[in-house]
Amino acid sequence: MAQAQVHAPPQGADDTPPQPIRKGIDLLVNGENYRHTGDPDMPLLWYLRDVLKLDGTRYGGEHGEGGADLVLVDGKAHPAITLPMHALAGRQVTTVEGLALPDGSLHPLQQAFVDEDAIGCGYCTSGWLIASMALLKRRRNPTDDDIDTLPNLCRCGCQTRVRAAIKRAAKAMAKTQGGTA
Amino acid sequence: MSGHGMNRRGFLKVIAGAAGALVVGIPLARAADDAPVPLDFLGDTLYGLGAYVRIDADGGVLIGARDPDTGTGVATALPRIIADELDADWSRVSVVGLGLGVADGNGEPDWIYGRQLGGTGGSIPAAWADLRQAGALARWLLLQAAAQQLGVPADGLRCANGQVIATDGRRLGYGALAAAAAKIAPPKTPVPVKTPDRYTLIGQPAGDVDARAIVAGQTPYTLDHHVGDAVVAVLAHCPWRDGQLKRIDTADTLAVKGVLKVVQLKPDPKRPPGQTPAAPAVAVIAETTWAALQGRRRLKLDWQPGASGTESSDALEQQATALLDGKTPPTARVRDDGDVDKAGKLAARRFEATYYQPWLAHATAETMGCLARVDKNHASLVVPTQAPQRAWAVVQALTGLKPGQIEIRVPRVGGGYGRRLDHDYVAEAVILAQAVDKPLRLMWTRDEDMAHDWYRPASAHRISAIIDRRRRVIAWDQRLASASALAGRGVPERELWTSELQADQLPAGLIPNYRSDWYALDTALPRGPHRGMPHLTNAFAAESFVDELAHLLREDPLDTRLRLLGEPRQLPLAGGGTLDIGRLRNVLSLVAERIGWKPNWLHSVNGLGIACWHVDGAYVAHAIETSLKGNTLGIVRAICAVDVGRVINPRGLEGQVAGATLDALGSALNLAVTFENGQPQQRDWKDYPLASMAQLPDAVEVITVPGDRDPTGASFLAMPTAAPALANAVFRVSAVRVRRLPLMKELLRLL
Repeated sequence: MAQAQVHAPPQGADDTPPQPIRKGIDLLVNGENYRHTGDPDMPLLWYLRDVLKLDGTRYGGEHGEGGADLVLVDGKAHPAITLPMHALAGRQVTTVEGLALPDGSLHPLQQAFVDEDAIGCGYCTSGWLIASMALLKRRRNPTDDDIDTLPNLCRCGCQTRVRAAIKRAAKAMAKTQGGTA
Repeated sequence: MSGHGMNRRGFLKVIAGAAGALVVGIPLARAADDAPVPLDFLGDTLYGLGAYVRIDADGGVLIGARDPDTGTGVATALPRIIADELDADWSRVSVVGLGLGVADGNGEPDWIYGRQLGGTGGSIPAAWADLRQAGALARWLLLQAAAQQLGVPADGLRCANGQVIATDGRRLGYGALAAAAAKIAPPKTPVPVKTPDRYTLIGQPAGDVDARAIVAGQTPYTLDHHVGDAVVAVLAHCPWRDGQLKRIDTADTLAVKGVLKVVQLKPDPKRPPGQTPAAPAVAVIAETTWAALQGRRRLKLDWQPGASGTESSDALEQQATALLDGKTPPTARVRDDGDVDKAGKLAARRFEATYYQPWLAHATAETMGCLARVDKNHASLVVPTQAPQRAWAVVQALTGLKPGQIEIRVPRVGGGYGRRLDHDYVAEAVILAQAVDKPLRLMWTRDEDMAHDWYRPASAHRISAIIDRRRRVIAWDQRLASASALAGRGVPERELWTSELQADQLPAGLIPNYRSDWYALDTALPRGPHRGMPHLTNAFAAESFVDELAHLLREDPLDTRLRLLGEPRQLPLAGGGTLDIGRLRNVLSLVAERIGWKPNWLHSVNGLGIACWHVDGAYVAHAIETSLKGNTLGIVRAICAVDVGRVINPRGLEGQVAGATLDALGSALNLAVTFENGQPQQRDWKDYPLASMAQLPDAVEVITVPGDRDPTGASFLAMPTAAPALANAVFRVSAVRVRRLPLMKELLRLL
């Protein structure tokens, strides 16, 4: 990344001397540019939640196995707690808040979750959506075996409804892609 | 605008809200003028209590949901009960979570919304009993207002879809009537509720009211709430509740940038578990979550075990087995029908089996946490609880504040399963918030959550049956050894068995000589309420045993069950109510038919299993088909039939039944908490592996029996029969009888 020599705008004579812009880690979150200037070892989860207040990505555990904190990094699902900020320079992060279409309407996958009522307590629904989205990016028409590979855990027992929602979404997405092709 | 002071005498309260809105509530407790009402319900003047329904001039309807929704669907079902009675247009209804409703009744709490308790199966029955009135009164008032405006008698008008409709076809929207309706004095006696033929929403499927916001990541759970200036606390608990801190070095912790303070916590020995900190603990308080977590990692702590430090789950199981083997009299003889000992004289065959079930954790998706702000005159909390009134009591005891000075908001909750009937984490948050004098977000890490639970106690069941020459089961002698989940919680000694078994559970009442004994295990290991207790453990033992009897008798297990149940009839239950054998037979027959039991049970390549149970007036049965390829067990089909009486939201019920089935199957397959040196050995999802997608069936086929009896709860109804149906199916496919859970571990050991 180019290190531009930018100075603060001229100020009154007795002001503190001009400071260069702080160095940091530049990343894209849901299509917007951010610069993280804090601890480079901080996991992405706390950047999203504590700094950006993007609370849809949720804490599930220290090692990210439950899937509540999944985000897309360059299109692939990763637990946000396992990603230190320094690993994210120049990367594109998508959280559940960034899944909706540009016009603000729900993505067909989100709509399928609503239509199938694929929600238990809802706490880790964001993670199910992200994992499903990553799967649909890899497989347009996922089989049951493909769906079996989702890493998410859920005690509410939303798994069968999530399965139905992914299949419904795949159909809906095939239709829209067919229409625009 | 004024709320007419009027309605004090009336059955319900009416408030003229802001801008011509009609607000209706139920005064379930004594009136108080300063009663809090959720912001959304605020009008210009407040008099009423327990606001539930607000109709705005634009026709929008706001309905309050009083019970915490931990994923049970009550935030959808309860408002629909009110909306149906109101004849509201559901597309114009918004639902708002009410939070705790408490007013000051001379220093004592007045629970202005009535019962507020989620995830225990009681929300729908309670709502059916009182909430319909709120909708009915609002509808009655709107009708009177329309009658005045149209100049016709009210009994010539009807309501539908948010409108009052006259016989001549004239229509008035509720919004246009709201201001006038708010000025009408309500009747002194309750308004009659609708007859079932006029239900429009009850019995019709509806999706979760929060679904759209949840899939957009917009539904705030407790720690998704942000308040200015809040600090974050994370905890390191002592591994033993009865242990203590021997040495602490906080230098490295305090050196972490952003760490503000280290605070020690101790449980109050005079308070029962769940009302005081979970264990001695050290809290790291910081500006950010990351700083707090780093600070916690750098703590140097030496904990000293208490008496529980030598306990293990293995030793407890030996204690249980010794009790079941021995001759000591039981701690409680829960039921004793006929004479089991005399029945032995008629014995043609005897059969005995022992079933072991492990300790379990709650493993909620959202770990324990709380947002608390406490000052001299006020406490304001966001609490992920199932029981806000109990949370209130914990806050009150710690702060000494008056009822009106404590505000508890309950957002959507990331799973409860009984864990959030206890409020150790609330006590911790309050004490810490007092210590820093700032708003504080307490977050339990997963390892703390797993290691400081109030676990579902393990159990050992020994069942002996006597069969006579005519192949009838003439005696059933059941002995259960477990550590009561109620011990140490202020429950009298003679009632400690009630968390472990029921006097009315199957097959009680069906066998002339039936005895049920409970043996208390002596342990200090932490335990508490858990989803579906005590049905889960008992159904697994009893319904596995019936299957074993069928095998012994070389009989179709469905026939054995039907023979045991006998002809359709009503049996009085010791705990009140009746057991309807016809309804129980029906759910059993429904799942059998759906899975193709009669042609397939013996000849299928796969294994079929079946089980039935009854819970508080509701009936459930499962049929499960399993496959076994090498060491891989597959659940090919899972079918569940339920009879809950009237169904409020069939879609919500289906979700609950499917979800509870998967929860029960996953738990039975994989899960156990084990203790060594008084400490649980499980700390993470790796050690406590909830079932993966691949392990669970692709679908759960839910059959709902239509009914017109008053609705019963269903939050855990589908749990008790899932595990025994699975074990019975596993027996058919593998010839291995699993008498110990978790099932996979035992199956692989025995295969």
